[in-house]
Amino acid sequence: MIAPHSIFSLAQAASTTGVQVDYIFYLLLAFSGTVVLVIMFLVLFFVAKYHRGTSANRKSEAPISSRLEVFIVTVFTVIGLTLFVLAAKVYADIARPPKDAMTIWVVGKQWMWKASYPDHREEINELHVPVGQPVKLVMTSMDVIHSFFIPDFRVKQDVLPSRYTTLWFTATKPGKYRLRCSQYCGNDHAGMVGWVTVLSQADYQQWLAAAPEGAAAIAGTPGTNGALMATKLRTTFNQLGCIACHTPTSSVRAPRLDGIFNQTVRLQNGQNTTADEEYLRESILFPNAKISAGYVQPSLMPAYKGQITDQQLHELVDFIKSIRDGWPADATQPTEPSGNQPLQSEPKR
Amino acid sequence: MSENIVQPELPLQRLNYINHDWSVWSWINSRDHKRIGVMYLLTITFLFFLGSLPAILIRLELLTPAPNLVTREIYNRLFTMHGVTMVFFFLVPSIPTSLGNFLLPMMIGARDLAFPRMNLASYYLFLAGAILALVSLVNGGVDTGWTFYTPYSTTFSNSAMTPMILGIFVAGFSSIFTGLNFIVTVHTMRCPGMYWSRLPLFVWSMYATSLILVLATPVLAITLLLVAAEHWFQVGIFDPKLGGDPLLYQHLFWFYSHPAVYIMILPSMGVISELVTTFSRKHVFGYTFIAFSSIAIAVLGFLVWGHHMFVSGQSMYAGMVFSVLSFLVAVPSAIKVFNWTMTLHKGSLVLKTPLLYALGFIGLFTIGGLTGLFLAALAVDVHVHDTYFVIAHFHYIMVGGTMMAYLGGVHYWWPKITGRMYPEGWGVFSAVLVFFGFNLTFFPQFILGYMGMVRRVADYDPQFQVLNVLSTAGASILGVGFLLPLCYLLWSLRYEPIAGDNPWGATGLEWKSPSPPPELNFETPPTVDGPAYDYDTETIHQEGKKKHV
Repeated sequence: MIAPHSIFSLAQAASTTGVQVDYIFYLLLAFSGTVVLVIMFLVLFFVAKYHRGTSANRKSEAPISSRLEVFIVTVFTVIGLTLFVLAAKVYADIARPPKDAMTIWVVGKQWMWKASYPDHREEINELHVPVGQPVKLVMTSMDVIHSFFIPDFRVKQDVLPSRYTTLWFTATKPGKYRLRCSQYCGNDHAGMVGWVTVLSQADYQQWLAAAPEGAAAIAGTPGTNGALMATKLRTTFNQLGCIACHTPTSSVRAPRLDGIFNQTVRLQNGQNTTADEEYLRESILFPNAKISAGYVQPSLMPAYKGQITDQQLHELVDFIKSIRDGWPADATQPTEPSGNQPLQSEPKR
Repeated sequence: MSENIVQPELPLQRLNYINHDWSVWSWINSRDHKRIGVMYLLTITFLFFLGSLPAILIRLELLTPAPNLVTREIYNRLFTMHGVTMVFFFLVPSIPTSLGNFLLPMMIGARDLAFPRMNLASYYLFLAGAILALVSLVNGGVDTGWTFYTPYSTTFSNSAMTPMILGIFVAGFSSIFTGLNFIVTVHTMRCPGMYWSRLPLFVWSMYATSLILVLATPVLAITLLLVAAEHWFQVGIFDPKLGGDPLLYQHLFWFYSHPAVYIMILPSMGVISELVTTFSRKHVFGYTFIAFSSIAIAVLGFLVWGHHMFVSGQSMYAGMVFSVLSFLVAVPSAIKVFNWTMTLHKGSLVLKTPLLYALGFIGLFTIGGLTGLFLAALAVDVHVHDTYFVIAHFHYIMVGGTMMAYLGGVHYWWPKITGRMYPEGWGVFSAVLVFFGFNLTFFPQFILGYMGMVRRVADYDPQFQVLNVLSTAGASILGVGFLLPLCYLLWSLRYEPIAGDNPWGATGLEWKSPSPPPELNFETPPTVDGPAYDYDTETIHQEGKKKHV
């Protein structure tokens, strides 16, 4: 059922961002409402006073100077620029997810949303999140451009094919909120809708523990066991051959991956970038796009574009994120023999 | 009606641009800017009503939350047809090609445009483009929306894209021809004494519009060719599967389509400047401000396209630059609104139909422009982007702005174009209907948008129904308001009184010529010896009052 507060929720945003957006919205409303009323009053007043039938004084003794106009325009501009700054600050917050945000993968396709959680359970057209916890969605599309929109949170982000975009929010009130596609994407665009369920921390833990109905229906959904999950990620990492170069013990010189996530990376061309999901995705698919400072161009790494599935790509990115605090003790050992790679432990210089 | 004294049937018996040759061939092969203007007027009016048909179905469908009148697939084709027809085949050409074509040479005292044959060619290109678009509609239509976003349009949409793209491409050349013609005409064909500082503001706005037409339309042509190349030959430009970038399309598209918004609104601003001065019998307040704000809008309009892309995935810093520039482009528009309002001050106002449209324009354009600030404000746009808030905003600009000015202009210059008056009572009635019908249609959509109803959907959540029903009710009133002028203006061609050369007592050069004007516009070559809108308000007022009493 639709919770009452998600109907007529004009005044009630249900996220931290939403509250700020509403605040700017009402400032804009006050400003433009005043201007509209003043203009309307002047027009009606002049019509009443100066229409042909009246005998009001029309001799212009002192013509209105253009200084008045310059003054009004200046005031108008200053107010406008103030509003710009306020809105830009919130926009900058929207564009930069907090580092401690919980990550959910979202894939849009005609005409549904699929969400994958850190423990790799999956949901279709549903999202369950805890209240008060920053949640970051890393999103991509399998076909055309979609847009992920939660009206009550006042957030929206286009979802593009072959690219990751992110959206984040911190829900402030438990409840059920509409989520929908806002970028026209074909026949059933109108039906590309779902729900975001915000749970209290206790309910969320309960939800985590229980196997969700939706997830069970998806064939091959891995269990929720954390250790099992970690093994799965590492298997992908090993099977795709990443382990050959990207371990501390490898004989090939390649950038270290442990601890790289969300760090600033210095590039060969002198620029800096942040190693976020989009950077990792790009570097896996197109290793030559951004070469780290100190490594050869062109990269020795083969391009994985067209070689791996979206799912494998997610798992690789998830794996790199999982080793933020260093490699697990046994990580340099292959979890299963991959055969054609020399994997002996040679201490690096 | 006191000013429109019925004169003997003499003026119509004089040779004019209509009666000097009645043959069909003399029309379809005419290089007379006035005849081409009239041909454009008829064509775009037809296309306006054609583009309204899907709007009627859209509003009826949205009466109920479920998609029960048409299916989603058909609905998608309807809003595309509405958007494409209205934007490319009505709004962009509307005022420049009809009123602009007819009036621009007369206002500067010229016999014709600089390139009369090119003008005729532009009409036929436009006609060919419109026919191609109709071919697309007959073949099942297009379901991409008027924005043709990639990769949906190039790879996934299985609709009649080819004739549609060709149609818009061809019609684009018609725009370029018109723009070029106007620029050269204003530079080279002004009559003696018509300095730049004396140009009517309508001419200034046409000049600014032409600059945009000539500079922006080629980008649209290039973009459409690239879409076609990807659609037909699988050349990877926009579809990431082929190695392209979908955001590139949005940049190219809005680099044309944002300035195109100013192509639609600048001419209306020109019309409003004429209407407000004539019916106030007063010199315009701040001539230089208004003239140069047109040019400022034309220039700044090229630098704000990225404000359509705040949630598209473009860089945050790019968003900030586009946002601040969008706030700044509001300044010249604000200047215009201020100056029109101040022109009323101490005027001698005659509340005829054209002035009512002008006053309606000021109110609606102010709301449309200010809601533009909401969309320029980054964080607020994140929420309202692609919702009905945007729909309401641009209809306030396009319908509340362009359409009001177009109707006001057609009424104002109707005596000049046809030689007959229009029925004033009906004119006032329909102007009032349009104003209230319009507000009832589109104001609820601002609220719907902020509540989160997205655009381009045939069905919606039940809590949006009340406002949608209001909107549909308003649209019905608006529809009647648009149909009435069609009927009474056609009726007036035979039954209304002869207008005389200058029924409004206006100062422009076009009113110094007979109505309808002779083939070469003026019986004696005009000269100008004073500024535009040189009204002696006090004297006119005293005389006007005497007549009134």
